[in-house]
Order: sequence, then structure tokens, then C-alpha cells
Amino acid sequence: MEEYSNKVMDHFMNPRNVGIIEDANGIGEVGNPVCGDIMKMYIKVKENVIVDVKFQTFGCGAAVATSSITTELVKGKTLEEALKLTNEKVAEALDGLPPIKMHCSNLASQALKAAIEDYLKNGKEK
Amino acid sequence: MNQKTIYFDNAATTRVSPKVFKSMMPFFQNSYGNPSTIYSLGREARQAIEVAREKIANSINADKEEIFFTGSGTESDNWAIKGIAYANRKKGNHIITTNIEHHAILNTCKNLERNGFEVTYVPVEKNGIVNPKDILKEIRKDTVLISVMFANNEIGTLQPIVEIGKITKENGIYFHTDAVQAVGNIKIDVNELNIDLLSLSAHKLNGPKGVGALYIRKGVKIENLIHGGGQENRMRAGTENVASIVGLGKAIELATEDIEGKAKYLTNLREKAIKSILENIPHTIINGDRERRLPGNINVCFEYIEGESILLLLDSLGICASSGSACTSGSLNPSHVLLAIGLPHEIAHGSLRLSFSKENTEEEVDFLLEKLPPIISRLRDMSPLYTQVKK
Ligand SMILES: Cc1ncc(COP(=O)(O)O)c(C=O)c1O
Ligand SMILES: [Zn+2]
Repeated sequence: MEEYSNKVMDHFMNPRNVGIIEDANGIGEVGNPVCGDIMKMYIKVKENVIVDVKFQTFGCGAAVATSSITTELVKGKTLEEALKLTNEKVAEALDGLPPIKMHCSNLASQALKAAIEDYLKNGKEK
Repeated sequence: MNQKTIYFDNAATTRVSPKVFKSMMPFFQNSYGNPSTIYSLGREARQAIEVAREKIANSINADKEEIFFTGSGTESDNWAIKGIAYANRKKGNHIITTNIEHHAILNTCKNLERNGFEVTYVPVEKNGIVNPKDILKEIRKDTVLISVMFANNEIGTLQPIVEIGKITKENGIYFHTDAVQAVGNIKIDVNELNIDLLSLSAHKLNGPKGVGALYIRKGVKIENLIHGGGQENRMRAGTENVASIVGLGKAIELATEDIEGKAKYLTNLREKAIKSILENIPHTIINGDRERRLPGNINVCFEYIEGESILLLLDSLGICASSGSACTSGSLNPSHVLLAIGLPHEIAHGSLRLSFSKENTEEEVDFLLEKLPPIISRLRDMSPLYTQVKK
């Protein structure tokens, strides 16, 4: 196993924003149990701004850490700003990830995008 | 933070024991002669190698002339499979093995398949043990070798070596067993068991890394794997790794001294841990046969969570263990052994292997049993799969 940065370990050991938002108006779920990582992202959007975001993750250290930092990076951001988040930026914010973990790191930004799409499609009126 | 390391990964490798370490020391700076030379410095090294060879032979009831030193368990496996396949090609080009072998066997077989050989991978049953009848069914006229591991490195299951030895003897087929995990844990008599070739490795029995041996029964037709000088009775070239060979000899002597006593001690630790895990952690599956397994091996799946996360949290407490999850293997698939016993991917991802040695204490196991349940709940609380189950 390749080594994780201190930042990854910090987000893994003390993940921010874990849990469920009961009255979320956007939910995104990506990954599948076969490949070993599943992420679920809950967002609460008010006037185009992500006012709250929470996640649940089934996965490795990288999966948990990327979920956690993603929530930190997008909280308080507009949807347009949030949609600009890429997995490279997520990895960068964690001071890098081992190359074999890039697969896991893709999922966090994808889960966020899925949650925003869900909001745009179904959640606006909530 | 200055916490103690608790080492529960003895199936991965072991600590070199002080006695083994001490036995190796003279061969780095004092008796450093090349064992192939005739002056006394070389003769000392040669003698030490022969003493080690004898110790290994004694430990499995073989003759000294039937033991050949190699650079690892992996090399022993490669040599056995390729050496038999290429030397007996005129008789046939079919090999039988199982689908839970170590990669040292599986990838060697894959290589042979690319070179025109045929290999049958017999599936094991749900308990992680191959049925000898399933092996018998696959025997053909052109089968030259059956290779079945003695004990599995992940789930610890002991394979039916007695029965397979009978089958190979009756059918005139060579029998190789990868005993890397078994030597020192289980009593092995190559004659009683009709074993023709046996692989072993020093670093699984408190010996050094990078040295192993292959037992080859007298009369077995085998080709060399490593070509070069005339070492090892012209069978395995390369100047001998004298210190490591001496360490292997000492390690095997110590490991086979009191197999029953050690087995009793380890079985006790194992059963205590399994009982406590099953009692205190719901949605938990013990992998591999409950009885027919290595005394120090526990392999368990915690549903709804992933193995690497468990390892990281254990590591933060100083506990070393391993997992068969995809994220620890660097591929997208969990361990082939866990899939072979029929576990679905999502469950196989949540596996934890604990492998105890006689250096482990009951206090260490108690510490693990105290810390494990909160680790599992913490990860489950984070898991979207577990939320669905709770609903
Ligand atoms: C069953 C089995 N076979 C072969 C090997 C390879 O041995 P080595 O590490 O000495 O190459 C191992 C160890 O990883 C093993 O557990
Ligand atoms: Zn992962």
C-alpha cells in the first residue's frame, strides 16, 4: 500500500460533514459495491448556494478523505463554482494521492455533480 | 505518540527470531568464503549449508540430497511448476491446480498456458477446501502434475493433502505442494503424504526474507529454472546465500521443535478471538472452514464496510493486519480466494485477516478485541450500505 499524505490521513481519521441531510434537496450516489467504493452526497441548496453538504462513504481511506474534503471545498459555494470542482483539484487539496487511488478520488466530484444534477432536476421546488 | 506495535500479520511475514539472527551473523564477516572454494574459509560456509540442508530434510522427513535452496518461496513454486512441465512435455502437457493458489503458482501456470500448456484450475468448495473427487475428475492421460497448496495464505484452510497424495500415486502423476504457510505450523512427512515436490520459505517461520527451498523427491524428472554455475548439485545456479540459508535451517529447526504446543497455543488465541468477534459484531462472516485451518489464522468479513479503512484505523492503534479488499490490492477486484469461496464482491471488500504467531500474547489479542467493535461501528455509521440495512 502506498503512503497517504498527512492531509489524507487527517480527513480519513476526522472526516468532516459525515452523515445525512434529512431535508436535502439534492442527493447523488455513485460507485458500486463491485469495485469497492460507494459515495452518497447530500446537498441543501438555497438561492443557488450550497448551504449544507454531507456525505456517506463505503470505501477505502482515499474514498473517505476525498469525500470529506469535497464537502469542505463546496460548502458555501454557488452551484456554478461547485460544478467546476475536478478530481485533480480534490487530489491537490489533499496534497496528492497515490496513483492507484485516482479511481477512488474520481468518485467524490462525481457524487457531488450527481447531487447537483438531482437538485436541478427534482429539488428546486423543495 | 510512542505506542507499541502489535503484529498480527504473520502470514505476510514474521520477525527474524534472535536465535536465527545470531546463527546468521558469522557468515557476513567471518566465514565469508565462497562455499565452492577449497580453503577453510570456504569449507566453513559449505559445511554450514550442509547442516542447514540436513535440518530442513529432517523437518519434513526427506533426504538431505532432496533439498535445494532457492531465492524465495516464489522461486520454489516457479521451479516446481515450470521444471516439471518442461521436463515431462513428451508425456503430456496438462497440469491440475486449484483456484485458491498463491499468485506464485497461478501466474506461473498462466505463463505456461501462454506457452502451449493446458492448466485446469479446480474450484474449491464454500469452506475453502478442494474436494479430492473434483481433482480426480480432471485427470487426463496427459496430466503430468497436480499442484495443491498445503495451507491457504489468506483464509488458512488446510487442503486434503493425504487424499491427493494417494490419487497422484495411483495415477503416476507428480504431486507438488506449496507448503509455504504450513511448514512449522503443521507436521509434514513427505513420504507418508506421497509428496514429490514441496515449496517452503524462510520468512514465514521467523527466518530471513529472500530464501526458500524446494524439496524434490529422488528420481523426479525436472528441468532447471536458474542456469549458470554448478551449485546445488548442478540444479540451481548462483553463489549460495550462505547466511540466509543458515538462518532458514535454524528457523525451521526452531519452528518444528514443538508444533503441537504451538498449535495449541495459537488455536486457543484464534478461538477466543473468533468467539468474541462473532458475539460482539453483528453482520460478520468467518471465511474458510472453522476447524480445518491454520492454528493462527482468522479471516473475517464485516459486511457494509471496506477493508483498507479497517486496516488504517487498526494501524492508528499500532495493530498490523491485512485485507483482501480491492483497494489494498491495487486492482479493482478483491482477493481471488474470497471470490473463489463464493463471496460477493461487496462482502469480500470488507475482509480482515489476522495471523497470530507464538510471539503474540493474550493481552494483545484482548486489546484488539476491545478496539475492533468500535472501529467497525464507526465505519458502518459512515456507510451508505449500512444505512439502508438499518432502515
Ligand atoms: C502460500 C504462499 N506461497 C508462496 C509465497 C511466496 O513466498 P516468498 O514470499 O518467499 O516468495 C507465499 C508468501 O507470500 C505464500 O503465502
Ligand atoms: Zn478505494
